[in-house]
Amino acid sequence: MLTLTCPCCNIACDETELHPGGQAHVSRAGPDSGDDAFEQYLFLRKNPRGVHFERWRHAMGCGKWFHAARCTVTLEVFGTYSAQTLEPPQDILDAIAARRPDWQGFA
Amino acid sequence: MSTRLATGGRLIDRGAPRRFTFNGKALRGFQGDTLASALLAGDQMLVGRSFKYHRPRGIVASGAEEPNALVNLGLSDRFEPNQRVTTTELFEGLTATSQNHWPSLDFDIGAINTHLSRFLPAGFYYKMFIHPRSFWKHVYEPVIRKSAGLGQAPSERDADRYEHLHARFDLVVVGGGIAGLQAARIAAEGGQSILLMEQTAHWGGRAPVDGDEIDGQPAQAWIDATIAALEAMPNVTLRLRCMGAGVYDHGYLLAYERLADHQPQADMPRHRLWRIRAGRIVTATGAIERPLSFAGNDIPGVMLASAVRDFIVNYAVSPGDRVVVVTNNDDAYRTALAVKRAGLDVPCIIDARPAGGGALMEQARQQGIRVETGKGIAAVQGGKRVTGITLCQQAGEGAVIDSIDCDVVAMSGGWSPVVHLWSHCGGKLTWDDPRACFIPDPNRPPTGADGSAFVASAGAASGALTAAEALADAARAIDPTKSASAAQAAPSDEAPLMPVWIMPHGAGAKLRAKMWLDFQNDVKVSDVQLAAQEGYESVEHAKRYTTLGMATDQGKLSNINGLAVLSGALAAPIPQVGTTTFRPPYTPISMGAIAGEARGEIFQPLRRSPMHQWHAENHAHWEPVGHWRRPYCYRRPGESIEGAVSREVNATRDSLGLLDASTLGKILVKGPDAGRFVDMMYTNMMSNLAPGKCRYGLMCSENGFLMDDGVVARIDDDTWLCHTTTGGAEHVHAHMEEFLQTEWWDWKVYTANLTEQYAQIAVVGPKARAVLERLGGMDLSKDSLPFMHWTEGTLAGLPVRVFRISFSGELSFEIAVPAGHGRALWDRLLEAGAEFNVTPYGTEALHIMRAEKGFIMIGDETDGTVIPQDLNLNWAISKKKDDFIGKRAHQRSHMQDPTRWKLVGLETLDGSVLPDGAYATASGTNANGQKHTQGRVTSTYHSPTLGHGIAMGLVLNGPDRMGEVLDFPRTDGTIVQARITDPVFFDKDGAKQNV
Amino acid sequence: MSDPVTPLNGASFQGFVTVTETAPQGMITLRGDLAAAALRDAVLAVAGADLPDMGRIVINGSRGCAWMSPDEALLLLPRADVPDALAQLATALEGSHHLAVDVSDARAMFRLEGAGLRDVLAKLTPADVSPAGLAPFTLRRSRLAQVAAAFWLTDQQAAHVICFRSVAQYVFDLLSTSARKGSEPELFDS
Repeated sequence: MLTLTCPCCNIACDETELHPGGQAHVSRAGPDSGDDAFEQYLFLRKNPRGVHFERWRHAMGCGKWFHAARCTVTLEVFGTYSAQTLEPPQDILDAIAARRPDWQGFA
Repeated sequence: MSTRLATGGRLIDRGAPRRFTFNGKALRGFQGDTLASALLAGDQMLVGRSFKYHRPRGIVASGAEEPNALVNLGLSDRFEPNQRVTTTELFEGLTATSQNHWPSLDFDIGAINTHLSRFLPAGFYYKMFIHPRSFWKHVYEPVIRKSAGLGQAPSERDADRYEHLHARFDLVVVGGGIAGLQAARIAAEGGQSILLMEQTAHWGGRAPVDGDEIDGQPAQAWIDATIAALEAMPNVTLRLRCMGAGVYDHGYLLAYERLADHQPQADMPRHRLWRIRAGRIVTATGAIERPLSFAGNDIPGVMLASAVRDFIVNYAVSPGDRVVVVTNNDDAYRTALAVKRAGLDVPCIIDARPAGGGALMEQARQQGIRVETGKGIAAVQGGKRVTGITLCQQAGEGAVIDSIDCDVVAMSGGWSPVVHLWSHCGGKLTWDDPRACFIPDPNRPPTGADGSAFVASAGAASGALTAAEALADAARAIDPTKSASAAQAAPSDEAPLMPVWIMPHGAGAKLRAKMWLDFQNDVKVSDVQLAAQEGYESVEHAKRYTTLGMATDQGKLSNINGLAVLSGALAAPIPQVGTTTFRPPYTPISMGAIAGEARGEIFQPLRRSPMHQWHAENHAHWEPVGHWRRPYCYRRPGESIEGAVSREVNATRDSLGLLDASTLGKILVKGPDAGRFVDMMYTNMMSNLAPGKCRYGLMCSENGFLMDDGVVARIDDDTWLCHTTTGGAEHVHAHMEEFLQTEWWDWKVYTANLTEQYAQIAVVGPKARAVLERLGGMDLSKDSLPFMHWTEGTLAGLPVRVFRISFSGELSFEIAVPAGHGRALWDRLLEAGAEFNVTPYGTEALHIMRAEKGFIMIGDETDGTVIPQDLNLNWAISKKKDDFIGKRAHQRSHMQDPTRWKLVGLETLDGSVLPDGAYATASGTNANGQKHTQGRVTSTYHSPTLGHGIAMGLVLNGPDRMGEVLDFPRTDGTIVQARITDPVFFDKDGAKQNV
Repeated sequence: MSDPVTPLNGASFQGFVTVTETAPQGMITLRGDLAAAALRDAVLAVAGADLPDMGRIVINGSRGCAWMSPDEALLLLPRADVPDALAQLATALEGSHHLAVDVSDARAMFRLEGAGLRDVLAKLTPADVSPAGLAPFTLRRSRLAQVAAAFWLTDQQAAHVICFRSVAQYVFDLLSTSARKGSEPELFDS
């Protein structure tokens, strides 16, 4: 039962107000993509043990999607941020680095 | 025998007698009694039978850890099994019956199992019932199920109500003993919001029973003063009868408040489940005394030393006249002294420690009590009640050196901190060697959203067992700097405990087979040793193999003893063996509390259309569609369901039908990029739809599978109105928003889900236009509103949007009106349609009419694995568009496979209705010996229009096999044959809808 | 034209808090750039109130405006004024990307009255309904039991709840059950 703060309306949401959307920063592969790229887009996910970037929708609330950086082991939340971005912003990366010095970084 | 003492009893009110019955026997107790103390006062020591051997079982404990004394409580719609008598407060008229015996508690035929016990060792069920395989389902399981279980399941609907309560506190203190009070008191000074809860009906825990002094005054005085101070603070919430049930991620805490268990006739919720978000949690949950493992330790009359003390001090109940105390620590001496103070006899204190105890032992000796050090109990004598014990050397093998008559054995094997809540969310434990117990490891606490600790333990729950230690520990848990100014107790002079896991240490097999670890599930020392011998080295495996700690008490008494025996058998230290996982809830909570308000009418939301009330008043036979209830048909008095459906179809095809289509999704899509966007959402081209026109569209998931369908209307230059299926409205809207927010966030498009803004009525049949003309206000002629066009106007004075679309093959108009006018429009249509035999129809008639026309239905023809091409819908897949959701997936090799099953019509040769979901068989069998298949039925009906069965199905190379006959086996083994046909069964040219 | 009907015809329940379905209420969903001056001016003209800050609602007599999301506002006005208001918005926002639509009939609205209203809400929503978390005119979108809802207090004794029309009965039953006398949790009203 997580609590995540929606960056769109600043509400500290109960998990039951949210809808999960899986891994963040997956880029869409369209009709011109090869089989490997399409498989990557549709099926292959990182599922890391540790730092993870996820999509959530504030479904019982403002209705907006946002991203969260979270540790899948301890459930520590490093921050939430806009869904309108292709990669985690620097302040989130800094927050993770401060808490997880050994983290390999976003790739 | 057990009886009520003439004086004393700090918790009972002798001026308030309470009558109750146990197994029909009328008994009396007092206000303030628990059912346990009242039963003991009535000499009812035998209260149940154990699970496996049906051994006689008496009350062992005085609190939540009680494993034996479970009863059926209440009657009829307030009946509940497996209620612990030690946590059940007595009230007037309480009725209880014992469980797990037949024919009676005193004479239980199942007790024969105890004589068969050597044939029923650990793992017996696994070993015995595995062969022959087929016997499990038909012989073993039914028999085992009958003999298993404790109480009976209630047969009536629960009369009580329950509720949830969401709350937030900066700090929640779980446990209202002196440590919890100390923690709350110190923390409250800081002004933060605090909830302090206590699972029993009294504050203060054990301290008043133990005779502790705090800040120089009796514990009770300090407790009263502290509660009074806390009650006066606006930032503090206090709750008695409220148990911390579970600790979860990010400070989530469930608490279980028992509001009306002790006053069952009160008009209030019986239980309340608190769903708390806590900034910080302090677990001041105390400790539970451990039994000792000696032969016959399960005979009624063998009790925890602390429980004997509780019954005497709190309830003035003497469990027996002659109490032998057996211990490995000093605390049990307090029981001996309490027994003595009550004027009862303590024939002997048996202390396993060679040197005995400290100051308390001296006090006992001064009282003239015989103390035997370095000794143990060889065996307890008695059947349904203790009659005596035999004494032996603890270090030896059990040679009897003396016999002592007694009717109670008060045992203490030391104390185990209640670490459950600490452990629920990842808090780790460490082994405390001097006190021989697991304690919370403050270096490895549960961590919250910010990565820091959010649980701290306080008092006995940390292993701080004396009042002085507990108060100091609680102060430390809140603020180490305030320890000096916090309440204090004088340190007590106690000798160290000596771990004793088996008594006597060298007991042979015969004695070990009579040493109970788990009293409820009948797990003995010998069972755990057998499990270890058979290779169950992991504690989790040994637990499941022996069922140790798997009873309703979840091993609160027995786990540590069991672990220690296992570690002894494995010759590994206890911390290395570890503990089993502590899972919530701490003690069982009611199903009602979990459900909360969600029962009866509000079990789940029921969505009602604006015309719902009319449907209900007109014999609607309901069909659930998502959370909606839609009329399946309107069943007139005396009419069969099939008859009603046929009548509705025929009336619609012949004259005029009405369908409540309000549940269909209606999503507005607007913006400069809206055309581009709907082109991505649909497989068809939607951007080139002219304003005023409608087009049927298909929506795929990114997997390429057909997800939804519906009619799209172009409202104006930059606005489209997308209709979805009833079940798809929310999902499709979310799907659109997801792509707009997370993929094409630079596109200028807004959406709005208007599903509930409009009531929508399908006016269908040859007289559809005529009835609308009667309502007046709009020209709906063929020329001014051709097929697949829409227009706005006024009908019967109501603002409407009229779509000329058809899902039945009939002349058909769908009228959208603001929902607040829905019922009015429906009523006008019924009035105006009377002369045309207007007939409201339900979803089944809708389905039949669409199937007669070969129109697919999402959820029938599609199941999440079907692509539009399978349904011959290639015409609705644009070849001009570079991209749409699902396009890339359609290029995958499996989607291009020419052998994918394709949609066809099916007509049985005998006119019957094909079974839904039936498979068409092919020649040969697969590796499992099952027949090969070559198709399946996706929807099937009796067509009232055609007078025979019609179906649609997906068939291998179907469209190329027109006229071929397929075999469809029924579940009874018979076969029905059907011919492959065109899926359009009726009015192929569309003559009826284009009028 | 007959008058529109609310889903529950003004149903009412008297518990330790009173629950009443309110009369038909005009509502317009407005999506657009909430920072744009043209939009803010249009909101003021139609709703009689300035577009409020994030998470807030303003009420001005029979009109008002709520912040619903970063690109969405809910305008409250007399129901009869909705068509004119939509026309006014269309004119004022012509040429700028927006969506304005009548949602008056898509919703049901309830009024809660009584000192225990926070307790009633706390039984049903995980949202923070404490005085600190839900000050008057803070609009909270959350859930009540199993359905989406929005609510705000107008003072410490009165609140409004909005939900979808189809679940009006469900939400009314939820609120009534929670407000039943004898079940006062006295969490906030103590």
